[in-house]
Amino acid sequence: MAKDERSTEFRLIGTRPNRPDGLDKVTGRARYGADMTLPGMLFAAVVRSPHAHARILKIDASAALALDGVKAVVTRADFPTGLTGEDWNLQENSMAGDVALYDGHAVAAVAATSRLLAEDAAKLIKVDYEVLPHVIDVDDAIRPDAPVVRVGAADHSVPAGSPPNVVKCIDFGHGDIEAGFAAADLVREQSYKTEATHQGYIEPHACVAQLGADGKGEMWVCTQGQWYIRRMCAAVLGIDASGLRVTPSEIGGGFGGKTIIFMEPLALALSRKAGGRPVKLVMSRSDVLRATGPTASASMDVKLGMTKDGKLTAAKVNFRMQGGAFLGASPVGEALSCALACYDIPAVQHDGVEVLANRPKAAAYRAPGSPMAAFAVESLLDEMCHELGLDPLDVRLKNAVREGVKASYGPTYAKIGLVEVLEATKAHPNLLAKLGPNQGRGIASGFWFNHGGETSVSLAIGEDGTVTVSAGTPDVGGSRASLALMVAETLGIEYEAVRVNIVETGALGVNEPSHGSRATFATGKAAVEAARQAIGEMCRRAAKEWGIEEEAVVWKDGAAMPAGPNAGQFPPMTIAEIGAKMGGNGGPISGHHETNAEGVGASFGAHVVDVEVDPETGRTTILRYLVVQDAGRAIHPAYVEGQYQGGAVQGIGWALNEEYVYGANGRLQNAVFLDYRIPVASDLPMIDTVIVEVPNPGHPYGVRGVGETGITPPLPAIANAVAMATGARIRSLPLSPPKVLAAIKAKGRG
Amino acid sequence: MSKIHVSAVVNGDPVDFLADPRESLLDCLRDQLGLTGSKEGCGTGDCGACSVTVDGVLVCSCLVLGVEAEGKAIGTVEGISDGGTLHPLQRKFIEHAALQCGFCTPGILVAAKALLDQNASPTETEVRYWLAGNLCRCTGYDKIVRAVMDAASEMREAV
Amino acid sequence: MHYHKPQTFEDAIKIAATAQGVTRFLAGGTDVLVQLRAGTVTPDTLIDLKLIPGVRDIVRNADGGWTIGIAVSGAELGRHAALVADWRGVVEGMNLVGSTQVQGRATLAGNLCNGSPAADSVPGLVAAGATVSVVGPNGTRQMAVEDIPASPGRTHLQPGEIVSAIHLPPRGAHGGDAYLRFIPRTEMDIAVVGCAISLTLEGDKIATARVALGAVAPKVILVAEAAAALIGTTLDDSALSALQAAATAAAQPITDRRGTVEFRKDVTAVLAARTARIAYARAKGEAK
Repeated sequence: MAKDERSTEFRLIGTRPNRPDGLDKVTGRARYGADMTLPGMLFAAVVRSPHAHARILKIDASAALALDGVKAVVTRADFPTGLTGEDWNLQENSMAGDVALYDGHAVAAVAATSRLLAEDAAKLIKVDYEVLPHVIDVDDAIRPDAPVVRVGAADHSVPAGSPPNVVKCIDFGHGDIEAGFAAADLVREQSYKTEATHQGYIEPHACVAQLGADGKGEMWVCTQGQWYIRRMCAAVLGIDASGLRVTPSEIGGGFGGKTIIFMEPLALALSRKAGGRPVKLVMSRSDVLRATGPTASASMDVKLGMTKDGKLTAAKVNFRMQGGAFLGASPVGEALSCALACYDIPAVQHDGVEVLANRPKAAAYRAPGSPMAAFAVESLLDEMCHELGLDPLDVRLKNAVREGVKASYGPTYAKIGLVEVLEATKAHPNLLAKLGPNQGRGIASGFWFNHGGETSVSLAIGEDGTVTVSAGTPDVGGSRASLALMVAETLGIEYEAVRVNIVETGALGVNEPSHGSRATFATGKAAVEAARQAIGEMCRRAAKEWGIEEEAVVWKDGAAMPAGPNAGQFPPMTIAEIGAKMGGNGGPISGHHETNAEGVGASFGAHVVDVEVDPETGRTTILRYLVVQDAGRAIHPAYVEGQYQGGAVQGIGWALNEEYVYGANGRLQNAVFLDYRIPVASDLPMIDTVIVEVPNPGHPYGVRGVGETGITPPLPAIANAVAMATGARIRSLPLSPPKVLAAIKAKGRG
Repeated sequence: MSKIHVSAVVNGDPVDFLADPRESLLDCLRDQLGLTGSKEGCGTGDCGACSVTVDGVLVCSCLVLGVEAEGKAIGTVEGISDGGTLHPLQRKFIEHAALQCGFCTPGILVAAKALLDQNASPTETEVRYWLAGNLCRCTGYDKIVRAVMDAASEMREAV
Repeated sequence: MHYHKPQTFEDAIKIAATAQGVTRFLAGGTDVLVQLRAGTVTPDTLIDLKLIPGVRDIVRNADGGWTIGIAVSGAELGRHAALVADWRGVVEGMNLVGSTQVQGRATLAGNLCNGSPAADSVPGLVAAGATVSVVGPNGTRQMAVEDIPASPGRTHLQPGEIVSAIHLPPRGAHGGDAYLRFIPRTEMDIAVVGCAISLTLEGDKIATARVALGAVAPKVILVAEAAAALIGTTLDDSALSALQAAATAAAQPITDRRGTVEFRKDVTAVLAARTARIAYARAKGEAK
């Protein structure tokens, strides 16, 4: 069912009230990571390797320490030893040990009484390097004779005799793949390539950190997950998790890139060494691009078999990905799992490897792995539809997964909405727009699993009956508004009577970050449970005062009332009245809920894009863009639309212009927004959206996470549109003008 | 290295501060005057998050030195509202959900206000090209453009 | 870093003459501050030229040409209707530099003296036959704009010399100029190829022409052969083909993160033809 009118099932769910943080954000009052100042605060600067791969022979900080106002210098020697696994990865990535593993890898940090002094001091720190051979590209890194990034980094999945930089191997599938391809009328196999991109949040990483010699400290930081940051910093620094209180600031974008640590341990270590004075560390834009967590780059092979009327009979995918110099950083597993997730195919085989390269440690970027996989599979699917003369949307409908179908990655689908999404797409007026010369239309489907995860929420009734919710998932997309709507709906009170605070690590049990599109789903589910718990207690207080059984009291429209005429003649006791009395009749009333949230519902989407390509220059203009996606239930439709539009535009940038460009020396060449080209306002039309609602039975209001799926279809949809506009199929991203023009010319030549 | 004493007017209020010649106006607004509404997103004039007006001209404050502010009238996001009364742009941004993380919002509001101060009826294309130097990564610009057009429309009717 | 605000060019020259280390002049600051923040150029002495009388003025000379002060911003240029009417191509090139915010500060002199081969205002100035006044310890001289850039990031100015004004010749009747650049987005990019053409007509025939290319050589180039392909023609197809061939032959682009050699050569031909058509239409009084 498409959401084109307000659902009348709920009083508040589905409305569009103002978001609670709006006023602070439009007046400049909202405080982000770099907006905190503390008394005695020092400023940090980081020394970073200019080499892609180099042994660190010596670090001499004496000239820096001799400057007045320089209070501390830290190197890896100031960190504990003996870490293993991902803890070691995080520590090594925060500060190089013996070897600098990528251009931008931190090797030392300095704290001083002003930012300029810290930067001047950093320039005086002398580092002696022995430059080593490096490898950048995933197809180069996988060769048996490639420079070795790190010896012994492979996990148990890698067979003996594999190339030295292969660190993980995955394979899974089901069905008879040979029989599947034999049953096809058309079998096609192609290779695709994508380059690394960055989440591109406008706010650089920033923190103010304070750590004492007693192992107790505090940190103000822009983050998607304050408990993750706490745990990771504690491990890397060798302190107790509970000794560190991490407070999340307002966050200026994350998209997955702010779910792990990069420079936070450096600020804490500097503070500890500087006698516990607070240290402010703000990354520059070029350090963000060089030394935080871009996506992986991928080299992919896809083979599909299809009958002549468009039924997929078999599919085989093989992905090679690099996520930098650390095991486990690439999303090769997720990419494989998403690759065929939209389609009901009897025989599927997935193979993938993760390869190390001398590049920064990749982090999640909005449905990590899914966009690259979709680019490959949805492009080949489109090519085969055109070859057979079949409508691409009809073929997707014919093969679409439904409830009860076994997914390509194993589990059986519960209630999902891909069919509804595809039907809404087919019915949309954008598909009737006439195309002119050099114009083309492309469509693609997309998928993301979404995630539940560790969640802890607390809710307290105020003395005046207004409600405070303490939640742990930083608000990246408007979730404070959605949480308030869900809690207000559950309690039967006004939206404005609920205030949601995103709290620090000392105030709640563990929460996973705002990742996996989980905030509205998991925190929302827990908040609803917490509200129900509070409702139970409020009913008990009313029952006690009325002298009737607890079971005889119900909660309705924000008040406790007798369940029926037999329970007694009592007027409703409002939440305000209960709040006013609670101190005297039992004490504070609150509810809380801790869980590893289950009942996640996947979100499917389909995009349609119309482009025009200048045949003389290869430049692509987006004419029209449509996002159709299943939200389960749109708690606040404007924020769901915002996720659809934001994800689509990130995908447009990835498809057309964004890529990491490395020189022959392994240094990142485009570490500024001038040359790392994200979409600007004049590049784009309005982004049309349709919210489909196939409610998720696993959530009290039917919510499915929506944040991530939207970045997946744009990559193939635009490639498909450009192919239609030019007649030239391009199988690598970005579709930069030089690449498109070369493809047009090659096609013209024969 | 001695600092230079700068006197200027910010959002209508006289201010003085000491600026190292290497500090940008953005650094001085944020670190000396506590006006943290203007943000640093890039430090290279490519993102517009630091947008302010200097004597009524829209500029990136990361591309102006603090010492160049001597004698100038600076306008920041903190000065857009009139006491407790929000400017129509600010109201429309909230109504249209034209912000998500909000980090680009101060710069966009300053830039959009500069546009409407000189062009009361911009077309969608004019709005988009005027704001091309204000990067937003969250919204895809759709609701931002709608909010600016709606604010312009309300302001024309009020005249 | 020592910051100075001289009140005259003489004072500025004196300060530069005795300065130690790296000296930079400051007009709009949209290159100087980027380089300062990135640490690529940290001046020891920074001389702010904006308080010198006349640097913010746009003046029509007695002969109908123009003298433009070195602190005039792109935004101010764009708002000067009479200047735009005469030298539309010069102004539209400057107005493509950066964002609206950058336009509030960036200057022609700064764009020229930064020495980028891709500078958007320089091809239009070269095509227009613009000159600059240069003041220095050895007095004043005039230089053609095309003689200022030397190589990427370097100019032919001697140490301590300052560009003190930009001069455009009179447009004259039946003249038109245009600047086009290729960038992958719609704004905010450095030109991958830039082309400026200025021409005058006698009837339908092109009487004079100057063709300048940017971003396809170590500096902006004035392509005499491309101009020769236009002169005496009515911009028919064979003239356009000859123009394209001459422009492409003169281009010596590199492959970098913004484009390949082959791409830049192809786009040089495309832009040359498109720019010529616009300049021709403007010379005829047709285009707006």
